[in-house]
Amino acid sequence: MSEYLAVLIFIFVGAGMVLFTFFLARILRPHNPYPEKNVNYECAELPIGSSWIKFHNRYYIFALIFVIFDVEAVFLFPWAVAFGQLGLYALVEMVIFIFILLFGLLYAWKKGVLKWA
Amino acid sequence: MLEIVLISSLKVVVIMAAVLTGCAYATYMERKVVARLQHRVGPTYAGPYGLLQPIADAVKLIFKEDIVPNRVERITWGLAPLVSFVPALLTFIVVPFGADIELFGRQIKMVGSDLNIGILFILAVTSLGVYGIVLAGWSSGSKYSLMGGIRSSAQMISYEVGYGLSIIGVILVANTLSLRELVEQQASVGDWFIWRQPLGFILYLTCAIAETNRLPFDMPEAESELVGGYHTEYSSMRFAMFFMGEYANMLAVSAVGATLFFGGWQGPYLPPVVWFILKVFMFMFFYIWLRATFPRFRYDQLMAFGWKVLFPLALLNTMVTAALVML
Repeated sequence: MSEYLAVLIFIFVGAGMVLFTFFLARILRPHNPYPEKNVNYECAELPIGSSWIKFHNRYYIFALIFVIFDVEAVFLFPWAVAFGQLGLYALVEMVIFIFILLFGLLYAWKKGVLKWA
Repeated sequence: MLEIVLISSLKVVVIMAAVLTGCAYATYMERKVVARLQHRVGPTYAGPYGLLQPIADAVKLIFKEDIVPNRVERITWGLAPLVSFVPALLTFIVVPFGADIELFGRQIKMVGSDLNIGILFILAVTSLGVYGIVLAGWSSGSKYSLMGGIRSSAQMISYEVGYGLSIIGVILVANTLSLRELVEQQASVGDWFIWRQPLGFILYLTCAIAETNRLPFDMPEAESELVGGYHTEYSSMRFAMFFMGEYANMLAVSAVGATLFFGGWQGPYLPPVVWFILKVFMFMFFYIWLRATFPRFRYDQLMAFGWKVLFPLALLNTMVTAALVML
């Protein structure tokens, strides 16, 4: 448990350090805003339309594939750690598992999901 | 209990100070090395050989005005640098940097926190890094930031799968998730895991570069297309935090790479810490060398490379390694 305590301390010290730097900068830096300066950057012109523009739905599909294969990777980790004690049976099972997922990737590939056009 | 807290706090402070200094001098190293590779001299004015340049940069940034544009979502926008910086630092807590020592009659481990699931911890923390970038991109209220953030998240999650899978080969060989035990298994040069996992190492390196958004995979920041990418609207210390976070991430994947494949702190003659730093900076040099050599990938090439080349190769590597370990 004490090992996790160190992680907790680390998070707090790290966040504290960042906040302290922000605080220090706030005291030291000049503060002189005016309307022209506070306009969002868009090639020195006034921004046109909303900033939350539409983007390609490919990104969404990639996120979906990621979830599937990352879960697969999660299954592989405990298997890899215990592999020394599990023997041939575990190897065959995992190869079957990986091949099913490889087939899934191949399917996505042939469907043109991985293509960016 | 109090003793444990004290020792842990001391370690945390030492590690953090070391990493921050490392980050600062990584920027110096990058500027110097790139300059040399391009027949320039790099920074020379601040201190001898420009050695005080990182401090000068920090002082400059802390005195800069912090501009808050009109369209930002204040809370998320303000928190994003923090969310991106702290996970970058957090990796270092599980990376061992020396053998156990005896101090005042008690055993002290030269690692911030000897978690028995060290590698899983690293993967988890690395994944958190993407949140900072997505939040920054979304909350900036700028089209460039949004595009940078979206691109970056898609790139990072794509390469994260390969990053995790490339490490599985090492775990199969070593049968442990603790980084301390991994280092202990690589006592001599012949035991380094790179000899038993050459393909795994190449995959790790490639994915690590893509994970940290470095050239030739620096799509999120692509200056010529996206101005500054996700940190277009940031200035002053907030910008500095993103910058430091990026370098801390590079140092982190270098440190993990050195630990997984090059025996961590193990080495003859010199003290362990020196060996560790040397190995980490060899990685950093390689990074900078790549930056000076390659042009940027195109985005579709990048995604295709990740899913159609690296990912199947990583799976293949896992199966072949498992079969070899079996024999």
